[in-house]
Amino acid sequence: MIRFLFKGIFRDRQRSLLPVIVATIGVMLTVTLFCWLNGFLNDSIELNARFSTGHVKIMTAPYAKHIDQVPNDLALTGVDTLMKKLKSDFPDITWEERIHFGGLIDAPDKNGETREQGPAIGFGIDMLSGDKSEIGRFNLVKSLRRGRLPEKPGEILISELFSQKLKVNPGDTVTFIGSTMNGAMAMANFKIAGTISFGTIGMDRGSVIIDLKDIRSVLDMDNAAGEIVGYLPGNYYDEAAASKVVRRFHMLFPPSNDEYAPTIVTLSEQNNLGQMMGQIKQVGGFVVFVFVLSMSLVFWNAGLLGGLRRYIEFGTRLAIGEDYSHIYKTMIYESILIGIVGSITGTIVGLTISLYLQNHGLDIGSMMKNASIMMPAVFHARITPLAFFIGFIPGLLSTVAGTALSGIGIYKRKTAQLFKELEA
Amino acid sequence: MENSTLISIEALKKIFPTSGGKFTALNGINLTIGKAEFTGVVGPSGSGKTTLLNIIGSLDTPSEGRAVVLGQSISDLNVKQAALLRRSKLGFIFQSYNLLPVYTVFENVEFPLLLLKLDESQRKKMVLESLEWLGLTDKIKSKPAQLSGGECQRVAIARAMVKKPEIVLADEPTANLDAANSHNILKTMVQLNNELKTTFVFATHDDKVISYLKRKISLIDGKVLKDEIIKN
Repeated sequence: MIRFLFKGIFRDRQRSLLPVIVATIGVMLTVTLFCWLNGFLNDSIELNARFSTGHVKIMTAPYAKHIDQVPNDLALTGVDTLMKKLKSDFPDITWEERIHFGGLIDAPDKNGETREQGPAIGFGIDMLSGDKSEIGRFNLVKSLRRGRLPEKPGEILISELFSQKLKVNPGDTVTFIGSTMNGAMAMANFKIAGTISFGTIGMDRGSVIIDLKDIRSVLDMDNAAGEIVGYLPGNYYDEAAASKVVRRFHMLFPPSNDEYAPTIVTLSEQNNLGQMMGQIKQVGGFVVFVFVLSMSLVFWNAGLLGGLRRYIEFGTRLAIGEDYSHIYKTMIYESILIGIVGSITGTIVGLTISLYLQNHGLDIGSMMKNASIMMPAVFHARITPLAFFIGFIPGLLSTVAGTALSGIGIYKRKTAQLFKELEA
Repeated sequence: MENSTLISIEALKKIFPTSGGKFTALNGINLTIGKAEFTGVVGPSGSGKTTLLNIIGSLDTPSEGRAVVLGQSISDLNVKQAALLRRSKLGFIFQSYNLLPVYTVFENVEFPLLLLKLDESQRKKMVLESLEWLGLTDKIKSKPAQLSGGECQRVAIARAMVKKPEIVLADEPTANLDAANSHNILKTMVQLNNELKTTFVFATHDDKVISYLKRKISLIDGKVLKDEIIKN
């Protein structure tokens, strides 16, 4: 019987092709949007983790409270000891000291007078110790546009956009003007080793990257750091693993009365990322719900139209001796087949599009010229194992729900009217 | 009339509610139909012949009285039991053939056997036998759209006959056919009636059909006006 029905489906294109196309499109959109949202979330998390939040971050409580102002006067001190303890107590975690700072970059003319000047956001990271992990994390090699990476103290990188604004080139000397950890004025000359472009609008407008030792010296932050960021094994953010690190940290560093004692937060507790992750997950669920609902309505209507078109067939089948529930069941079987075919096809198409977007991404940099938040200019999709199955929810559920609703009409058929209907 | 009774109808009434009150389609019908009869219920439109055929075919139930078909009281059957009776013991032939357009001749004829859950080899044997009776063996792979009206009706008869039902109910089976095809179809049905001893009950007002009947039950306004045996 099933084979008989399937023959009918395959031969009757109006009964198979249209519903399969609708299911395929719906599933394809669901899968692509799901992967896109995953990619968006992943790109944003990864970007924030690399440049700003780490997977966990250790700061002093007051620094954390005023982190938007980069208050280095509230930075961690005695970080050499702290780092040793962290490395021994959390050997799986990669810990990095960082100093974020703000200031002015002054580009002088031949006479040493200010020619151009602009505000800068600075990153003090380890570039010269021989450990290349921060260079890799900031993707400095690939981000280099002109010149080279710093090779000795006194050399810095500035963003390409910033260099254009200041009209400076690799090899030129610029002056950094800021304030030390103790509130005094800090001023130092640096040679531009190269220019970089991260592809992140917020970072490309005015960033400066200085070796950690150099900036410590300039800002009087010896044995101090604004923050220590930690990265989980595999460099993949896992909320549960990060929370475990936080719990263990709290056991090893119990709360004390010292307001400058180190405190730890996870990635999701910073920059509203937790809220964003929650919202994106909600949006993902909403997308699936919307597609289930809208496709169910489409299939309901398609089922009603199909029911009208197949009125004679159903009437004949009832007269021949098929009962209502059997016809209804066969309609559900048909919808399951159509749902499966549509879901598989839609998933394949959706994954193909997502794979392209995962590899090539979509450049939305031109739309974000004035964005101040840290967002990647190129968004990639991300295919997760769930993406292989997520499309089956709208694909199968909506076809079956739509058919189930439209098929109820079968039960309203009066067999006594069959001859009249059939002869009409 | 042949021996054993297949259809027994006593004081049968069928009343339909209408917007203005009620309409009595059948008003106290009494009759019996035996095995291998070739009977026609004849009468003008609105005389109640289709309603009577519906009740015999377990597609409808009596309002009053009793209709017993193959030993089963139609009033007492639930929807599933009525479907089972139609599926196993009754065959239907429609005026407009009602073949399933996406299926071949073979598959259309095979369909009632699928509902009976017969195995494939048995189905194949029965379908081929049925198509042979109707002279359709060369049309096995054809679709209904590729057949003439006469051929379509022959397929419909093959579909009705394939499970060798006790009773075949045919409502205006020649209404869409020309004279030559009508006679061919009717001759085939007479032959099946003779060879397989299948009971045929027609609802018709077509003189061509009437000319082949062995018994004619005339209905007027829901009542049996005349019940006569025709000797050809």
